[in-house]
Amino acid sequence: MTIAAITMPKWGLTMTEGKILGWLKEEGDAVGPSDELVEIETTKITNVMEAGEAGTLRRIVAAPGSTLPIGALIAVVAPQEAADGEIDAFVAGFVVPDTTAAEAESEAPAARELAAGDYRLRYLDLGESGVPIVLIHGFGADLNTWMFNQSVLAERQRTIALDLPGHGGSSKALKGPIDGAGLAADIDRALAALDIDRVHLVGHSMGGAIALHFAGWQPARVASLTLLAPAGLGPEINAAFIDGFVRIERRREAQEVLRLLVHDPALVGRTMVEDVLRYKRLDGVSAALSAIAAEWFPGGVQRAGQAEILATLPLPVQLVWGRDDRIIPVAHAAAVAGRVPVHILDSCGHLPHMEKAGEVNRLIARLVGEAAA
Amino acid sequence: MPQKSIRQALNEALAQEMRRDPTIVVIGEDVSGGAGTEGQRDAYGGVLGVTKGLFGEFGEARVIDTPITESAIMGAAAGAAVTGLRPVAELMFSDFFGVCFDQIFNQAAKFRYMFGGKAKTPLVIRTMIGAGRSAAAQHSQSPYGVFTAVPGLKCVVPSNAYDAKGLLIQAIRDDDPVVFCEHKLMYDLRTEVPDEPYTIPFGEANVVRDGDDVTVVALARMVHYANEAAEALEKDGIEIELIDPRTTSPLDEDTILESVERTGRLVIVDEATPRCSIATDIAALVADKAFDALKAPIRRVTAPHTPVPFAPSLEKLYIPSPDKIAAAVREVHGYGK
Repeated sequence: MTIAAITMPKWGLTMTEGKILGWLKEEGDAVGPSDELVEIETTKITNVMEAGEAGTLRRIVAAPGSTLPIGALIAVVAPQEAADGEIDAFVAGFVVPDTTAAEAESEAPAARELAAGDYRLRYLDLGESGVPIVLIHGFGADLNTWMFNQSVLAERQRTIALDLPGHGGSSKALKGPIDGAGLAADIDRALAALDIDRVHLVGHSMGGAIALHFAGWQPARVASLTLLAPAGLGPEINAAFIDGFVRIERRREAQEVLRLLVHDPALVGRTMVEDVLRYKRLDGVSAALSAIAAEWFPGGVQRAGQAEILATLPLPVQLVWGRDDRIIPVAHAAAVAGRVPVHILDSCGHLPHMEKAGEVNRLIARLVGEAAA
Repeated sequence: MPQKSIRQALNEALAQEMRRDPTIVVIGEDVSGGAGTEGQRDAYGGVLGVTKGLFGEFGEARVIDTPITESAIMGAAAGAAVTGLRPVAELMFSDFFGVCFDQIFNQAAKFRYMFGGKAKTPLVIRTMIGAGRSAAAQHSQSPYGVFTAVPGLKCVVPSNAYDAKGLLIQAIRDDDPVVFCEHKLMYDLRTEVPDEPYTIPFGEANVVRDGDDVTVVALARMVHYANEAAEALEKDGIEIELIDPRTTSPLDEDTILESVERTGRLVIVDEATPRCSIATDIAALVADKAFDALKAPIRRVTAPHTPVPFAPSLEKLYIPSPDKIAAAVREVHGYGK
């Protein structure tokens, strides 16, 4: 008989504690691994944690409103027939593993830098085996956008997230072409620096369009392609978001602009806003973002026209979109409907990999698994 | 990201800006950092160690040692600013502002206005504030309230190394005179600081922690004391929203007002004396503009209206403590319940 501890997760490199907002299951409810169990708020974003275990939710240890360090016991899942006494003993005897405490203390991010042409690019390389999954973020984002995805995917397979030129911890001054082909060439140089031939590509938004450019250019090197709310499939884009993101200097404006990204504005936490501002304050960032926005979205309209390339790629592909996306309309998926598998997620905005992390992780893992089979 | 002390962050800001812009000069008492001692002339980096390495890299035309005369330092710097340089002048202890205040408040602060907007005065005055070293009444004060009260001056009071670097670069690039206050007990305080140059806009408060129960506004070292108090209060289920204004002039009024409109309760923590002070100023602001939101009297936790005592035991009582802050928050939180 297995009694399983449900503990405070560690989402992203800097999370040290989380606050229980509310339980989505009650004591006595049957739960499956992918059932949504509890809503947890971090200073960065609020997210739903899945049970990860099958059985009965026997004990809720952490009350709504309580704030606990990562690794702390928050609930117990066990078979229905386990005696209450055993559950009591399990809760009483639970010790937060030292490794978790050490991890919480350690500030050192594992991100490194590589040289790709004229750029230094920051990347985070997790996991060991297999054809690597490469994650490409969108306009204005960085590798931390994959905080709910990379470590999960890396449990099974090497997974690399990188910061595009002008973004995150990479060089800010843009030197080469910055259209889809130019940035796909930067990805190519980054892979060369890491001595990687074949990859599974996952791209979000503008990163989706870059991944699609790469796949269209070198299809033999792409084992599978997952596009999350990608650019490039239609002309519309929320110009107020792009202009706002390029312009913002202050917290309150930043909060308003970032709230456009998600279906529920309450998800956006103080740290997410602060992280964006810290990035935007660096010398060179405004110039880089202005140049990229002018190249990609001149006059608030996308340079589209990649739908046909996507529909005819000779490799496993899938498209994932939030139904409530307020940045790039989900209607763009229609351009390839029937020809490419499309997963449209409810209660989800422009960040499916954050808002519906569990589901997106499963979709990516499944396509990667099928491509490998 | 690398951890850096406030001292390193300030040094990096100065060096990076001096490399970028040849009109930036540093001027003050022993800013070369070790004049008259044996060995390398910038061995010490000034009494605070903040200017270490600048003399070696930029030479004596841009790192200018002066006699011990604050009026000459500020007069020369104000004149240089209005005629095309961007001086960063050091007033070692802010307590000494009295001997050079004409140059600061009647000259530098007024040039833009007196010359009909045709002159700009890109002057930064770096200066040390704060009690806690048993340095007695003439070397322990926090007179940023005085600088804040002068129209034409901007005033910066950072609480951590990230803010210190971004705000100092912003101060250097600003075309108006800025008084930049560094707490003498905080130079070794470390946090993550990017290697790249960056700026933090003035008049933009930092929300240090979120909470719905009581708004606490604190500056410089008091931000850390308030944070300590918050940890203790959290155990009792009281969550404070901690706001660090970062600059007292301009002051981010909106962030404070919006927070108080949500919490209805306000505690202001200030290491300076309480009369005609920042704490009093913010209390007046909230009473004036958010009166209807208040559910309890505004409480100020400040030093008493006395000079800073020399005796360590008295000095300790003089400075607001985490316990005093927590007590004020509890009182305000329980009021009317």
